Amino acid sequence: MNENRTLFKRNLSDFWKAFRRNKLGLLGGFLVLTAILAATFAPLLSPYMPTEVIRDANGRGLTFAPPSVHAPLGTDDAGRDIWSQLIYGARVSLTVGFLAGFIAMFVGSLFGILAGYFGGRVDNLLMRVTDVLLVIPDLPLMLVLVATLRQMDLRISPLVVLVAVIGLLYWTSTARLIRSQVLTIKERQFVARSRAIGAGHAHIIRKHILPQIMPLIVTNTVLIISTAILVESGLAFLGLGDPTKPSWGAMLNFAFDRSAVTNGAWWFYLPPGFAIVWVTLGCVLLGNVLEEMLNPRLTAHHLESNQNMIAIQKQGGE
Amino acid sequence: MTIQPLLSVRHLTTEFHLADKQIARALEDVSFDVMPGQTIGLVGESGCGKTTTLMAIMRLLPASGRITAGNVYFNGTDLLTLSEHEMRSLRWKDMAIIFQGAMNALNPVMKIGDQIREAILLHNLMQRQAAEQRVDELLEMVGIPRLRRDQYPYQYSGGMRQRAMIAMALACSPDLLFADEPTTALDVMIQAQVLELLKQIQKNLGLAIVLVTHDLGVVAEMCDTVVVMYGGKVAEYGPAELVYNQPQHPYTQRLLEAFPDLSRSIELSAGSHRPDALSGGQDLATIPGTPPRLNALPPGCRFNPRCNKSMEICTQSAPKLVDMATPGSGARQLAACHLLNGTEIEDL
Repeated sequence: MNENRTLFKRNLSDFWKAFRRNKLGLLGGFLVLTAILAATFAPLLSPYMPTEVIRDANGRGLTFAPPSVHAPLGTDDAGRDIWSQLIYGARVSLTVGFLAGFIAMFVGSLFGILAGYFGGRVDNLLMRVTDVLLVIPDLPLMLVLVATLRQMDLRISPLVVLVAVIGLLYWTSTARLIRSQVLTIKERQFVARSRAIGAGHAHIIRKHILPQIMPLIVTNTVLIISTAILVESGLAFLGLGDPTKPSWGAMLNFAFDRSAVTNGAWWFYLPPGFAIVWVTLGCVLLGNVLEEMLNPRLTAHHLESNQNMIAIQKQGGE
Repeated sequence: MTIQPLLSVRHLTTEFHLADKQIARALEDVSFDVMPGQTIGLVGESGCGKTTTLMAIMRLLPASGRITAGNVYFNGTDLLTLSEHEMRSLRWKDMAIIFQGAMNALNPVMKIGDQIREAILLHNLMQRQAAEQRVDELLEMVGIPRLRRDQYPYQYSGGMRQRAMIAMALACSPDLLFADEPTTALDVMIQAQVLELLKQIQKNLGLAIVLVTHDLGVVAEMCDTVVVMYGGKVAEYGPAELVYNQPQHPYTQRLLEAFPDLSRSIELSAGSHRPDALSGGQDLATIPGTPPRLNALPPGCRFNPRCNKSMEICTQSAPKLVDMATPGSGARQLAACHLLNGTEIEDL
C-alpha cells in the first residue's frame, strides 16, 4: 500500500514536471485557479458587501464613481462597489458553470458510452435524441425553457433552473465524441479478451473502456465548463439570471440597463466582461493542454523517465 | 473403458450477415473431438474458419455472426444450451484462449500484473492477497521476472507479451487451452521458446490444447491430432503421424508439398556458403489461387477450383468424410474427397 502511495506521488510529481513545461497550460491553470480562489475567499478579498452602498461624507451614495481608493473599480448606479460585485459574482458564475459542466459531462458520457458500446438499437435511439437536441437552436430553446420554468412557480432558485437547463442541453457534442471513441475501443482485441475471460458488460466498461476515454472526458469537462460559464453569462445578460445573486452576466445586464455606456462608466461593464474572458480562456487553454497530456498513448512516456526505464531493464532483462 | 472427450464439436455451422444482406457460411458441419491432455492442431490457410471455430466454441462470435446448427459438448454439457450467465462463469475457468497477436490482446494502459489478476478476481477464485501471489506464481511459471509485473505492455518484448498471455490463460487453471496462432509474428528463436513453454505447461498441468496455426512445422512438433480445414469445412482429420505420412485429401497433400523440407531441398553448391535452393534443390510448391470467398462458395467440393485432381463430380456434390485408416488399426483418418473410397462413418 505504502509502495503504491509513493508511486502515485512520483507519478503526480512527474505529471507536474511535464505540465510545468507547457507555458500556455500554465497560464490556463493560473487563470482558472485565481478565479476559483477569488470565489472561495470572496469575503476576504472584497472591501464591501456587493449590495452595500458606499456613501460620501454627506451620506449620499457615490453613484457612477470612477475607480478610486474607496472603490478600486468604481461604483455602479446605486453606489455599490464593482470590485466586490465582481468577486461575489465569480461565486455565482463559477458555481453555475461547474455544476452545469459536470451534469453535461455526466449525461454526455453516459449517452456516449451506452450508444457506442451497445450499438444497434440503443445506439440508434440515443443518437436520434442527440440529433434532435443538436439541430434545435440552443439560445431560443434555452430562453423558452428558462422563462417557462420560472413562470411555473416551482419555488426553486433561478440559478438551479439555469444549471439544469444548461447541463441538460450541452451534453450533445460530448456524447458524440465519446461514442466515436468507444466505437473504436470496443473493437480492440483486449475487449474481446476481456469477454473471453468471462467479464460482463459492466466490468468491461468500467475496467477497459472508461480508463481509455477518461482523458477525453476530463478535457471535455473543462471545455464544457467554459461553455457553460459563457452561456450562463449570456442568459443572465438577457435578464434570466438571479437578480439577488448577480453573476458576471447579470452585472453586464445591469450595466446596460442602467445606461452605463451612455454615462461613460466603462468600469461598470468592462470588468465583468474581462472576468468572463479570463475564466473561459483559462478553461480552454487548460483543456487543450490536458488533452495533450492525458492521452493514454503519451501518458506512459510522460510518466516514465528515461533513467527508470534503464534501471528496470537492467534488473529485469529478458 | 473409453475415455470421454473433453470437448466434442458436432456439425458446427455458423453464418455471418454481411453488409449487403449476403450471408457467409464461415463454418459448415465442423466436427472433432479433443481428449483430456491432448494437443490438437487446426490447420489451414487464412480465412478457412480456424479462429471462427474457436470463437464459436466459446460463444464469442461478433454480433453479425451466429451458430445456426450443431452442438458443442464440453464435459458432456452442450455449451450452446447454456445461458449467457452460465457461459460467462465457464469461460476462462474451464477454457481459456491465447489470442492471435499478444500486443492487441493486452490492454495498453493496464499493468501486466493487473491484467493477469483480472481474470482471477473476476471469477472470485481467491482473495486479493492470494491473487497477488498467484500472479507472481504464474509469471514465474512463464519466466517473467517479478520486477516487471508492474510494467505496461509496451515495455515488453514480443516474446514476453506472448508469455504474459500464456500466464494469463493459465490464471484460472483451465482444462482446455485454445492457442490462436501463438507464434505468429515472433522470430524463430522466440517461437521455439513459446512452443517449448506450452509443451512444458501441458506436461505439468495436463491440460488439453487446441492449437490454431498455419505453420505445419508447429503442428508436427506439438500435435497428437490434426484437423485440416478448408473453406469452413473439415478436409481431413486424423492422428498427426497418419496425416503427415499418408495425407489423403488433395488439399493436405498440396499443403504439405508447400512446406519446405529442410533435409532435402537445401544444398550448398561448391565454393559457396549460400544455400542455393533454386539451382540445387527443389522449387517450393504452391497452391495456385486463394481460398474461396465465403459468400460465393463454389458448387460441390469447396476445393475443386484449385484442386489438381478435380473431376466432374467435384463441381456437382460435396464429398462426405470417409475413414481411410486401415480397418482394425484402431486409428481413424477421415478425409472428404470424391477420390477416396473409405469406410463410411456414422457418428460424426
